[in-house]
Formats: sequence, structure tokens, C-alpha cells
Amino acid sequence: MIDALGSVGSLLLVGGTSDIAVATARRYLQERPLRVVLAARDTERRSAVAGQLRAAGATVEVVDFDAEDRESPERMVAEATAGGDVDVALVAFGLLGEQEQLAHDPDAVAALAQVNYVAAVVVGTVLAERMRAQGHGTIVALSSVAGERARASNYVYGSTKAGMDAFYTGLADSVAGSGVSVLVVRPGFVRSKMTEGLPAAPLATTPEAVAEAVVAGVRKGRHTVWVPGAMRWVMSGLRHTPRALFRRLPL
Amino acid sequence: MPDRTPAVPLDAAGRSPEPLSGWGRTAPTPALVDRVHDEADVRKVLAEARGRGLVARGLARSYGDAAQNAGGHVLDMTGADRVLDVDLAAAEVEVEAGISLDRLMNLFVPLGMFVPVTPGTRYVTVGGAIAADIHGKNHHVAGSFSQHVQWLDLLTADGQVHRVGPDQDPDLFWATAGGMGLTGVILRARVRMKPIESAQTLVDTDRTPDLDSLMTLLTETDHLYDYSVAWIDCVAKGARMGRSVLTRGRFARRDELPARKQADPLRYSQSVKVSVPDVFPPGLLNVVTVSAFNELWYRKSPKRKRDQLQSIPTFFHPLDGVGAWNRIYGPRGFVQYQVTVPFGHEETMRRVLERISSSGHASFLAVLKRFGEGNPGMLSYPSPGWTLALDIPVVSGLARLLDELDEQVVEVGGRTYLAKDSRVRPELFARMYPRLEEFRAVRARVDPDGVFTSDLARRLEL
Repeated sequence: MIDALGSVGSLLLVGGTSDIAVATARRYLQERPLRVVLAARDTERRSAVAGQLRAAGATVEVVDFDAEDRESPERMVAEATAGGDVDVALVAFGLLGEQEQLAHDPDAVAALAQVNYVAAVVVGTVLAERMRAQGHGTIVALSSVAGERARASNYVYGSTKAGMDAFYTGLADSVAGSGVSVLVVRPGFVRSKMTEGLPAAPLATTPEAVAEAVVAGVRKGRHTVWVPGAMRWVMSGLRHTPRALFRRLPL
Repeated sequence: MPDRTPAVPLDAAGRSPEPLSGWGRTAPTPALVDRVHDEADVRKVLAEARGRGLVARGLARSYGDAAQNAGGHVLDMTGADRVLDVDLAAAEVEVEAGISLDRLMNLFVPLGMFVPVTPGTRYVTVGGAIAADIHGKNHHVAGSFSQHVQWLDLLTADGQVHRVGPDQDPDLFWATAGGMGLTGVILRARVRMKPIESAQTLVDTDRTPDLDSLMTLLTETDHLYDYSVAWIDCVAKGARMGRSVLTRGRFARRDELPARKQADPLRYSQSVKVSVPDVFPPGLLNVVTVSAFNELWYRKSPKRKRDQLQSIPTFFHPLDGVGAWNRIYGPRGFVQYQVTVPFGHEETMRRVLERISSSGHASFLAVLKRFGEGNPGMLSYPSPGWTLALDIPVVSGLARLLDELDEQVVEVGGRTYLAKDSRVRPELFARMYPRLEEFRAVRARVDPDGVFTSDLARRLEL
């Protein structure tokens, strides 16, 4: 249960090996020990992350999750909640993709859409169903500013984030009154293993900053947070930029 | 408009869950509320309540999530409030669990019987009083509420009714006393009342300038009075830190009343005079407003007064004169931090008070009292030592501050109180209550599937 002062007892990380997921768990562990369920593919990195979080004071459970497998979300949520309620579930999996390849490779587009959109909304549906039944909980969806207005340099990725962002924003309204809440997090460019080797964009942020925003957003019961906060105004400006100009911007 | 799927499923009878919270108005969760009137009603809910389980709820004066059950059933017990038997000679009453102490006083004070133990509010049920094993100003002489219960009828998960008491299945009795409703539903109880000759108390009041003088005075004189409690100004700093008003008293004998009151010594009346509207913004209570209030309160108290006649509501339930006073903390709600530390660790108590005072998280007044001996209740709160209680509005940074204070308290063998709790760390709670494993063993015996559960039980992994 999330307590009267917003402290969290159990955390489910879907895509549990992502840098933002790990940073979020670490940020929570600075406050209190808690139960962390890592849902990810069975990899060496998953074992390593589990070990790190245990060392940081968490009680760690590991469950399998594969975003390319249609049956995986139901199994994952059932296993993750077998040991007790989940207070906060962070949907943190996703791929960036290579835009140059995506522009010409329909299979790569389908695969990216499967992971970033289809799996994300299936997971959201299953999680919401489970949390409605338990009568409490917060789902945190990691969206991206890239979904706010798709641009030429990564419109495939941007479109998948736009889709999942719309899904979770609508889900937030549909669960009103059920004890469940949904927080959509829209970070800008995050320096992480996902963006390794890419030049940092303006207002680039870190997994730790995103984690901080997640924890604060959950505690305050917010529905949307931007990281950094200034991104909200930047994107608002970009959204209203005339197309002829927007296309020419070096984004 | 097309039909919208409701966010929450309706049950077979078409009811939808209601959001419930405790007196602190924090962390509400929805549950199906079943208003029950007798044992048959309770059985019906028990038969339906699978999955998310059920818990009984009384007048909801627990500050946190004790009487909430997210996604499950909550029994509103206040409709089961009949008096079943009265033995005037022995001063015993047999009542249904949903009856309030308020009603017991209205019925029995005129007959010369007072409730054996009352907290700062009379709006609690007998079932809740047992489940939280509540204490009052007389703990140092009378112990807590459950020590005045001859027996109680407990409906357990298997549908059996067990009559338990200190000498009938004592394990189940002492798991239920203080067990926060997690062993089953308390249906009825036989309670030993306190015989009184009048409905008036004789009260001595002393103002003390600081914490040391207060503790000394309490230690030296507590045993001379049936009831004692001190209110501390927690905003005052420096030399005035811990300045307080100590009141101690006992019920007056009939011959101690003024002549005009002797004709009708047991006359008892009370009423809620005003109710607080739900319009207070967050942050209304801040260091400035609270300091001003405390200054006024301290100055208007007499420096030293002896044998002052006070009515029951004035002496025992001053806050009950204002309905829904919890609303003044605004929509974010508040927590009550109540801890006890054993005698000999007064320094820890002082540090807790100092840390909260200096944090600027304004709290009106803190209540300090000396506890007497504890009882065999496995999760019962009182134990020999000092108990301090203070209300704090929900502000950011509070979680960390209270976690730190908990660590200091647990270090010296102290604990927090489940009826007030809405935020203690589960692993610290386990250290505070070394008999938790015994409690779990009894629960596993009478409720192996965990049908009786609550938000509190889930939060603290009880």
C-alpha cells in the first residue's frame, strides 16, 4: 500500500533492466527498503540488476517478460502479483530503433511498433485490470517528448510513443474513482544505454532526474510530468510551430 | 452519450465501492460497504467476501487505514448497537460491538456507571475499542479497555462464533484485543463498567514551564489521581520548550458536590455545538497561526488550581464539542504521531519533541501521559513508559522525519500505535512488537486464508 505520506511498499518494473527503471528503484530505496519485482527477459543484466538492488536493500523478485510475446503480459502480471499487491508499476520498456533502417524496413517498423506500442498497451490493460481489482495502485508509463510532435529524424519511434501516451492518458481518466491512478512521464533526451553514442539534444536529462520526477509525481498524485519541467513549455512551443518552419528545425 | 464502462465493477446487488479513509483523511481506498445489523448480516457478507476479504469498521476514528480494505468488503458495524443485558449490581453491561461509548454514557451515566476507559473522543465503538485496545487518562491505574472485557463473541473465518476472554481461549482473546479486526468480527462483548456517584469530576490543573518540570510532577503525583494527562505546546522553543498544562482528576463523590447539584448528581448531557465545514485550504495551520493559538491556550489556563468541578465532556472529550474538527487540516489530511518510550529513556522523548518542534511542521498541542503496566495483548500498544501524541499536517519531508524518529524510538524499545498509524515502516513495526509472530500464529489458526484483512494489514504485512 502507498501510505499516508506517499511512501511505497512494492514496485514492479516492467522492462526492469532499463536505466530509468533501475534509477527509480534506487531512488525509492533511498527512502525505505521495499519489494521490487523485476520483469524482464532472462539475461545476465537482469541478474546483475537484481543483485545490485538487493545490495541496496530491496527484496527482489524476478519474473520473465518478453515484449515480443503476446502471451507474456498476462503471465508476467499474474506472477508479479502472486506475492502481494503491487503499489507502483513502472512501464519502462521500449526501443529507440535506427531511423535510417526503419525508413526502409517494414519488418523493423512492425517489430518496433509491437514492442513500443502493442506490448505497452497490452501491459497497461492487464495492469489496470489487476489494480482495479486490488482497489489501489499507480501505473507509471514512460512516454517521451518525441510523441508530442513526430519529427523527420525519428517519426517511427515518435509515433509509437504518441500512441502509448494517448492510451495511458485516456486510461488515467477511465480509472478515476477506482483507487487506481496513472502517471504519464514525458522525458526529453535521456543519457542512457538506449541513447548511447547519440549526440545529446538540448535540455538533455539523466535517468536519475527522471526517477526523481517519477517519485515526486507518484507522491503528489500527478497525471503528467515532463522531465525536465521546462520541456513542457518547449514542446508547447514546438507543437504550435508552423510546419514549414518545424520541418527545417535541426531536431 | 454511449454507456460508459464504470471504472470499478459493481457487485451483484448493483452497489459500487465507496472511498473510505480514516480520521486523518489520508490515502483513501474504495471498498464495498456492508451496513450490518446483526450476526446474520455479518455471516452473509462473510460468505460473499472472497478474494479481497473483509474488515469491520466502527466510527472510523482510527487515524490511518485500519478500517479500510481496498477492493474488498468493509462492514459498517454501527447499526449493530443494541444493549443485550445489564447487571446493575455488578456494574456490567453486555452490548453489541457497534454501540458507541457516547451511547453507553448517555444510557448508563444516569445509572451510576461510567465506561471503564475512554479515549479523547467518545465517538468510538466498543468493537473498535477492543480491536485497538484503546487507553485513556486512567491507564496508569486501570489499564486499557480490553482489561475490562469479561468475554467477547468473535465470528471467525470458518463461520464459528467463539466466546473468548482472559480465561477462555486466552490466545485468541489477546490476539483480538489490539488485533485491529484481523482475527474476525467482534459481535458482542460483556464489559465491566466503572461505578460512579456523580457525573462530575474534581480536577487539579497545573501549568509547568518546561518538559523537565512536567515529567517530574507527573512522576511524583500520578499515583494520587485516577486520571491524568498533559498538553504540551510543541511550538514553543528554547527555555519554554515543553511548557504544558497538566490536568489530573477523579470522579467526585456525591457529598463533594455543591448542594444544588446533589439533588441530581448523575445528570449528564453533552452535545456537538458546532461542526467544522469542509472548506479549509491546505497550509492554514502553520507556525504563525499555531503559535498564536498555543500562546492563548497556555495563558488562559490557570497556573495552579485545585478541586475544580468539571463535567465529563469538558474533562474527557473537549474536542468532541466541535464536529469534524479533522477538516481544519485541509484536503491533504494529517497524521497523528504517537509513540511510547520506556521509563529511563526520557532523553529520547525529549529529542522526538525537539525534532518535531524545530522542523516547523506545526502541530497544535502534543499530549503526554505516563503509562502503567501493559497487558498480554499481542499487538496491544501501552507498555510502561511515556506516551506522546501529536497531530501533524501532511507536508513534504514528513515521511523522512518520522522514519528517523521511529528509528530512535525503536532503538530504546519504544513503539508506535496502530490505531494512529498510517505510515510506519513494516520492518520497524516488527521490531516494535516482538510478539507479532505469536499474533500471526493465532491468525493462521483461525483464518488460514487471510479472509480478514485491511489496508493496514497489507501495508504492514501483518
